[in-house]
Amino acid sequence: MEYFIQQLINGLTLGSIYGLIAIGYTMVYGIIGMINFAHGDIFMLGGFAGLIVYLLLMTVFGGAPIAVALLCMLVVSMLVTSLWNWSIERTAYRPLRGSFRLAPLITAIGVSIALSNFIQVAQGPRNKPIPQMVNSVYTIEGISISLKQIIIVVITVALLASFWYIVEKTPLGRAQRATEQDRKMAALLGIDVDRTISITFVMGAALAAVAGTMFLMYYGVIVFTDGFVPGVKAFTAAVLGGIGSLPGAVIGGLLIGLIESLWSAYFTIAYKDVATFAILAFVLIFKPSGLLGRPEVEKV
Amino acid sequence: MAADTLLKVEGVETFYGNIRALAGVDVEVKKGEIVSLIGANGAGKSTLMMTICGSPQARHGSVIFDGQDITRMPTHEIARLRIAQSPEGRRIFPRMTVYENLQMGASLDNQKFFQEDVEKMFTLFPRLKERQFQRGGTLSGGEQQMLAIARALMARPKLLMLDEPSLGLAPLVSKQIFAAIKLLNVEQGLTVFLVEQNAFAALKLSHRAYVLVNGSITMSGSGAELLANPEVRAAYLEGGAH
Repeated sequence: MEYFIQQLINGLTLGSIYGLIAIGYTMVYGIIGMINFAHGDIFMLGGFAGLIVYLLLMTVFGGAPIAVALLCMLVVSMLVTSLWNWSIERTAYRPLRGSFRLAPLITAIGVSIALSNFIQVAQGPRNKPIPQMVNSVYTIEGISISLKQIIIVVITVALLASFWYIVEKTPLGRAQRATEQDRKMAALLGIDVDRTISITFVMGAALAAVAGTMFLMYYGVIVFTDGFVPGVKAFTAAVLGGIGSLPGAVIGGLLIGLIESLWSAYFTIAYKDVATFAILAFVLIFKPSGLLGRPEVEKV
Repeated sequence: MAADTLLKVEGVETFYGNIRALAGVDVEVKKGEIVSLIGANGAGKSTLMMTICGSPQARHGSVIFDGQDITRMPTHEIARLRIAQSPEGRRIFPRMTVYENLQMGASLDNQKFFQEDVEKMFTLFPRLKERQFQRGGTLSGGEQQMLAIARALMARPKLLMLDEPSLGLAPLVSKQIFAAIKLLNVEQGLTVFLVEQNAFAALKLSHRAYVLVNGSITMSGSGAELLANPEVRAAYLEGGAH
């Protein structure tokens, strides 16, 4: 039982990271109907930005309190990835809007390859370690929870809450939902649709940056290929939850995290990715709209 | 251009791909007028409304609103000049509540007059008040129509464009809507440009009207003139008063 609860906690931590990335996939899909395959690389970029900020803090300022360091890492990496994703949307996706559906998809794959290769060239192809930032571990009734895990879950919950607030309660969120539901009508009501789409990319990137930084902190290492597998898993999470649905992305992320850690705990760890992607296959076959998704065609 | 002209459409041609939907349309709407556009299905009435809003843009000709050339302006900027449209098919945001749909209408002023205006809309259409927390997509056709009109009015428009406001409505409700339009026009001097299939009601309501046939204006005149015109009667008023 303790072992099981331990795995639940591990899965929850991992799931938080996937959920944050998945939101970026699902939001962009919701608003312009494309899968932004470069999103995983934006996540990886966020991790690298966090790493660079940490190393700068260490070498230039000779260290900083953990809370300050973490805050700096998060803020800077959110800014950097936001700028990247904004530029990518501007230059690579927007000119293709109104083109056939495959065009932006292929472009996204191209952008993904370009980004990971850029990092490979700029940062080198080897694993980049980060020193253990926080290493406290608390043991309650035989179950150990690390401070890292607590930080990850707390930050995720706080971000999701503010994110939910923005989307549901602010004029910006309303404009995003309106654009998602009927782009032409939103424009007729004075909503700058292009700007709303840009902001959506920026928001998705910021969440991915947080996920990237926490991934770096959790595993203590990052490499230029790290955008791919976590990216595809987060995409699986978005599909599992129902692509286009924000709560679906979070639930999907948590489920994927749990499945992965439980599979690793009770079966063979070597097949954990197979288990995850088998789920993607099953969802696509038996419930393509996902857990909370709407059927593709909705006519009013 | 006369000082009291609010909207002037000159020689507008609109294309869908290679198909010409509007073949040089001239329309003028003066401040404080109700002008209607009547015509058969596929004549280009809705296309004209959407062209005025820049979606799609006219390929040739010009659209002047309040002395400003808006032919090449992006749709959202045109909307910010206070041209509000209740478009063809109503286009209610289906997964937003009635209340949120109305908030969307008030986006231009950042909700500054929202409370005041929403009360007016609930007085005008009490049904919307009952349904305010319901999703737009679950409303009946008539309720959606009311919501589309109310949403357009929430923008405090200088020019209100209504595409088939009586479509799908029970005769009594459509009468109420026409009465409401008349009231807004008389009391607040609201300028209205109206597309209608129900030509009889539209002509009775309007100061002036245009007849659109295959993308061209073939006739224009005061509402009463067109009502009396034998060609109009034969083509659009067959079946008599509704």
